[in-house]
Amino acid sequence: MTDLQKRGDRSPVPTDWTYAPAPESTDIVRLQERYGLYVGGEWLETKDQFTTIAPRDESPLAEVGQASEADVQNAVAAAREAFKSWSKLPATERAKYLFRIARILAERSREFAVLESLNGGKPIKESRDVDLPLAAAHFFYYAGWADKLEYAYPNRSPKPLGVAGQIIPWNFPLLMLAWKIAPALACGNTVVLKPAETTPLTALLFADVCRQAEVPPGVVNIVTGDGSTGAHLVRSEGIGKVAFTGSTEVGKAIQRELAGRDISLTLELGGKAANIVFEDCALDQAVEGIVNGIYFNQGHVCCAGSRLLVQESIHDQLVRKLKRRMSTLRVGDPLDKNTDVGAINSKAQLDRITELVQAGTDEGAELYQPPCRLPEKGWWFAPTVFTNVAQSHRIAQEEIFGPVLSVLTFRTPDEAVEKANNTMYGLSAGIWTEKGSRILWMADRLRAGVVWGNTFNRFDPASPFGGYKESGFGREGGRHGLEAYLRFE
Amino acid sequence: MTGGRLAVRKTYKLFIGGAFPRSESGRTLELEGYNVARASRKDAREAVVAARKAFGGWSAATAYNRGQVLYRLAETMETRAGAFAAACTGRREVARAIDRVVWYAGWADKLAQVLGSANPVAGPYFNFTIPEPTGVVAIIAPTEPALDGLVARLAPAVVGGNAVIILASDDHPLAAIELAEAVATSDVPGGVVNVLTGLRSELAPVLAAHMDVNAIDVTGADGDVAALEVLAAENVKRVVRAREDRSPWEIASFMELKTVWHPIGR
Repeated sequence: MTDLQKRGDRSPVPTDWTYAPAPESTDIVRLQERYGLYVGGEWLETKDQFTTIAPRDESPLAEVGQASEADVQNAVAAAREAFKSWSKLPATERAKYLFRIARILAERSREFAVLESLNGGKPIKESRDVDLPLAAAHFFYYAGWADKLEYAYPNRSPKPLGVAGQIIPWNFPLLMLAWKIAPALACGNTVVLKPAETTPLTALLFADVCRQAEVPPGVVNIVTGDGSTGAHLVRSEGIGKVAFTGSTEVGKAIQRELAGRDISLTLELGGKAANIVFEDCALDQAVEGIVNGIYFNQGHVCCAGSRLLVQESIHDQLVRKLKRRMSTLRVGDPLDKNTDVGAINSKAQLDRITELVQAGTDEGAELYQPPCRLPEKGWWFAPTVFTNVAQSHRIAQEEIFGPVLSVLTFRTPDEAVEKANNTMYGLSAGIWTEKGSRILWMADRLRAGVVWGNTFNRFDPASPFGGYKESGFGREGGRHGLEAYLRFE
Repeated sequence: MTGGRLAVRKTYKLFIGGAFPRSESGRTLELEGYNVARASRKDAREAVVAARKAFGGWSAATAYNRGQVLYRLAETMETRAGAFAAACTGRREVARAIDRVVWYAGWADKLAQVLGSANPVAGPYFNFTIPEPTGVVAIIAPTEPALDGLVARLAPAVVGGNAVIILASDDHPLAAIELAEAVATSDVPGGVVNVLTGLRSELAPVLAAHMDVNAIDVTGADGDVAALEVLAAENVKRVVRAREDRSPWEIASFMELKTVWHPIGR
């Protein structure tokens, strides 16, 4: 605790005004030493295991199963078996299972939030206030759709696809699980889900939610492992659907792998979103939005606002304000309730960020990082902004997936559109202006699946999410998110 | 020769950017009694350039305008019914194709209402989702029926605001060229519809691999469709197949969905 200074007969004040540590207790999480695969409602041992760790200090958390081809086949077989009865269950009963899951996630939200921050490295305030409420809300939203599908698709007689093979990334482990499993089950499918190699624990804990909710065995199966496990799942004969969220590179490989097979595919891939700031915007509000857009979740966000397009007239003023705001970001222990920017998820990701930042400097952009002390153990990267960036720079074209912002300028709305669309990606975009008509004018011209006006990185179960161009196809969320898990007769 | 008069025969050429060029390669194929242009890879790439150029204006046109233009296409087709009948299975197919164009024309200004939505998000935002055209679409036309099969794929793609490149049927390309002439005399802007005749085995892989093509319709593809899909993955192309005969969902398969969060405040 901070020392207090006595001041005569007045109340004592702290000697300095720095934050005191405010660590969230990890007692609520009871980890097993070792986890198998959750298949057919039971835990199956695997031949090989790997250690999953905490990115904040590289300490081991648990041993997790490396699912082999045979393990994946078992899981798909269990899901196929369960599909027979799950798809015939009265839809209202299916809905009630999903409502149960939503409730249990809310009830156990603290436990999940702590585990998410522990295993993934994201700040506890984000897992607590964003990931968990949204995950529970997603199940609640799709629960209600389960027995109303014919109203979403009149005269089309919607039917489930069968077993959905789902592969999710490490940036929002539980939330991505919810985005995948909730609509799949609501539509009457069963699932085999593979969480990311570095963040398997909340998915494994979700198996316990399924147990509590009495979800029939085999309806939800969780197989852990590295990329090879995902490849086995995609190649499996027994699936009727593949849903993937992750890098564009792997997405393309999956699309190739499924060529010639009549399997429904949805891909939610990378992005290089433009966050466009006009001179008439509410500047301080925009600065908050820019910070949220790129430093939220350490920038490990596919829709992150990683390219800042600023109208030339306010460039200097905005950059000044942005740098000042960046100096107040607290980087450190994800489990500390005051932390704004947590740990980088893995060594491999840290290496990639470091490499691209080096490329930014080498290509002539100007780097700024606020002074901050990074912990000695674990993986960290200070919030970074590059000014003087050209469109041809790697840091303006490639997805960095870290807390690194590239600043470019424009003069007219047309130029802003031109530059914003100058990318192979098309996932999201942001527009900051006090002029409502301009938001809609810009939104109309930006080739991106999600456009935020005077806000950024906002999500809602009712709001469809997904990309244009090489950011993938298909939507998650909203009525439109159902289509990915249905066929029509 | 009929009635002692020698008929004036038509030269069947390609349709690119609103013009009727011969293949730059100078090649033709003898089909259905005519020397039909055999498009080269370069012709295919030119068609993509023309389509990309036309996409901006066509996708930005009002839905009402697109509906009218498509209806106008039905009108120009009707006056050419005789020529179409000679190039396909006959009058009945022509009637079906024309009625199909009229049906899709009426969808232009209803799509956003049926496929879009207003989304009740938990926050001070007006959140809505609207369909938008995906961009440049390559269509491998079904071989049979030569005219209506082609129209069944063309109409849903174009009405949504896409610019298309049609690979006509290998063996029955005349219907596609007749259709190009109807398109040229309607109010469809040049480059919105482009027609290539020739060997699809030669042209389809070029379009499937092209980095500025956003979607490929493989409904009429023969042979190795999987190989085309592998090529299509290089820029995450949307691979489209016909699912229903006539449906707004056939239009939807050539559309993206855009969700906009617009702030609400005093």
